[in-house]
Amino acid sequence: MTATSDRVPRLLALVPYFLARPGIELAEAARDFDVTPRQLRRDLELLWMCGLPGYGPGDLIDLSFEGETVTVTFDAGIRRPLKLTAAEATALLVALRALAETPGVTDTDAVRRALAKIETAAGGAEAPVVVGLAETRGVDEQVRATVRDGLDTERALWIRYYTVARDEISDRTIDPMRLLLVEGRSYLEAWCRSAEGVRLFRLDRIDEARVLEEASAPPERAEPTDLSDGLFRPNPAQPVATLLIGPEARWVAEYYPVEDLVELEDGSARVRMRYADESWMVRLLLSVAGDVRVEAPEQLAAAVVQRAGEALELAELESVR
Amino acid sequence: MSTTRAERLVNLVICLLATRQYLPAERIRGLVAGYGDAPSDEAFSRMFERDKAELRDLGVPLETGRNSIIDPSDGYRIARRDYELSDIELEPDEAAAVALAARLWDSPQLTGAASGALRKLRAAGVDVEDGSGAVQPKVRTNEPSFAPLLAAVNERKAVRFPYRRPGSTEPAVRSVEPWGVVSWRGRWYVVGHDRDRNAARCFRLSRVVGEVRAVGLAGAVVRPDGVNLLDYVTETGPDPVPVSVWVAEGRAHGVRRKGSSRGQRTIGGRDGEVFELELAHLESSADWLAGHGPDVLVLEPDTLRKNVVNRWLAAIGGKR
Repeated sequence: MTATSDRVPRLLALVPYFLARPGIELAEAARDFDVTPRQLRRDLELLWMCGLPGYGPGDLIDLSFEGETVTVTFDAGIRRPLKLTAAEATALLVALRALAETPGVTDTDAVRRALAKIETAAGGAEAPVVVGLAETRGVDEQVRATVRDGLDTERALWIRYYTVARDEISDRTIDPMRLLLVEGRSYLEAWCRSAEGVRLFRLDRIDEARVLEEASAPPERAEPTDLSDGLFRPNPAQPVATLLIGPEARWVAEYYPVEDLVELEDGSARVRMRYADESWMVRLLLSVAGDVRVEAPEQLAAAVVQRAGEALELAELESVR
Repeated sequence: MSTTRAERLVNLVICLLATRQYLPAERIRGLVAGYGDAPSDEAFSRMFERDKAELRDLGVPLETGRNSIIDPSDGYRIARRDYELSDIELEPDEAAAVALAARLWDSPQLTGAASGALRKLRAAGVDVEDGSGAVQPKVRTNEPSFAPLLAAVNERKAVRFPYRRPGSTEPAVRSVEPWGVVSWRGRWYVVGHDRDRNAARCFRLSRVVGEVRAVGLAGAVVRPDGVNLLDYVTETGPDPVPVSVWVAEGRAHGVRRKGSSRGQRTIGGRDGEVFELELAHLESSADWLAGHGPDVLVLEPDTLRKNVVNRWLAAIGGKR
């Protein structure tokens, strides 16, 4: 995108913007347009030179500055902003439709009303993009409502939570921070008092939740999670496995972050994958046994074989009975 | 980029909005500040063509036509009703919803478009506060095939791309008339008419393993009326069937929390409990259960039990 194609839409929007907000401060306008006050002044100086053909004193756009505020005295006919482009309408309408279909994120009634108004203004064309925002199945309605309530009233929560990595259920007291929707799933970001850290709790793994009387009070050091690289951030301190992934189990490489993927001739791929917890990794590998081979470390490969052997023995005993 | 170009484009819009008559290019050259600098007819014509293209890219509805049949050439104007965003007023909670919607995207294609839309709404007098709020949904479009597929959908062009089906070794080139791009459970799909299979299909973008090529003419793809793109992606799945599983004492909590207890039972000297679960996808359920190793044992149905045992056999070196 060139500088002109960025600047011209802004220039065309500025006159109606100031017209709608007489006496607004320059600094606030700059924030709304996401430019520096200096750039905004340059834009206004340029607009001053524009107007109706003839370009005499009565033809040019007239803006009056009083201190730090701007008022439009002559608009030269650009009284309203330009209609939304197809791409702008798509970006807004698709997002609103997605929010309207997702309970628990925000007030869906307000979203629907906003959607109807934007559709009227922009034309409700068939969008080229559709977003189904989050899985609604699997999340207990009561849990969703309780989490929402804790966030809205800024109170602490008691939850019973299933931790998949350790395959255990624990009771925790948490201070809710944000509700996040990442890669199609809802997460509650909260300060966990027992772990003494910020944790993401997947809503469909909260088995029970209760709002507590006490206020939500995450400590100063509770930093929001950086999700710019997705949910799982590779941690070099974690052990790494070398896996040979067959075509049937390709989803493993798509779902979990893997490093150094090498495509092999027979359609399988060699990857390196980090894991936090060995018992979790063994569970994953057992579930795709035959389609994924562990090349390293040896002890991980041995653990998978050992668990499978024990399981087969047990199955044998049961079938004999 | 020159300041004068931006200035000239704004002047051109003002001039064409103000006229009711179609203005021929030569009149515009004489009227609009900035065109006088063109040293030759050819230079003017190049300048004017570029400006028209730029304005159309920005969504300015440039009309062409003649004022009467005796006019020698086409002229230009902008109809105010096609240019101006219609009146819109949002309640504070609606404006908050719009602000949240605009923040949804984490996408080179859509983030900029959403902020462009917000800028216009603000210019229409709507107060859209960009409050951060307690909710942060994000939709990322980091698949390389997203941009070319979206462009093809917008231009209604057919596409060809190499696609790797799960379970197959070689990617195969697919020929598709795309109707739309769909995000579901955090994954992107393109839905459309598969020309080779002569049926509607959806394709996962992460499995598009090479370049997406647009083929044929723009406007060639017709999306059937009333299709719901999301329906093609959200498989409803078979009805769940009851499954009986033994779970070792204090183990496999992920299995326990999905079932209801049917009483204690000891197997091979190990204490445990029998659970009944409702499972829809028996194949993937078999994998999930097999992962728990000796902590679970499927009692019923027999097919599920066999699939789980086969996983374990594969793990100790047998063939699946």
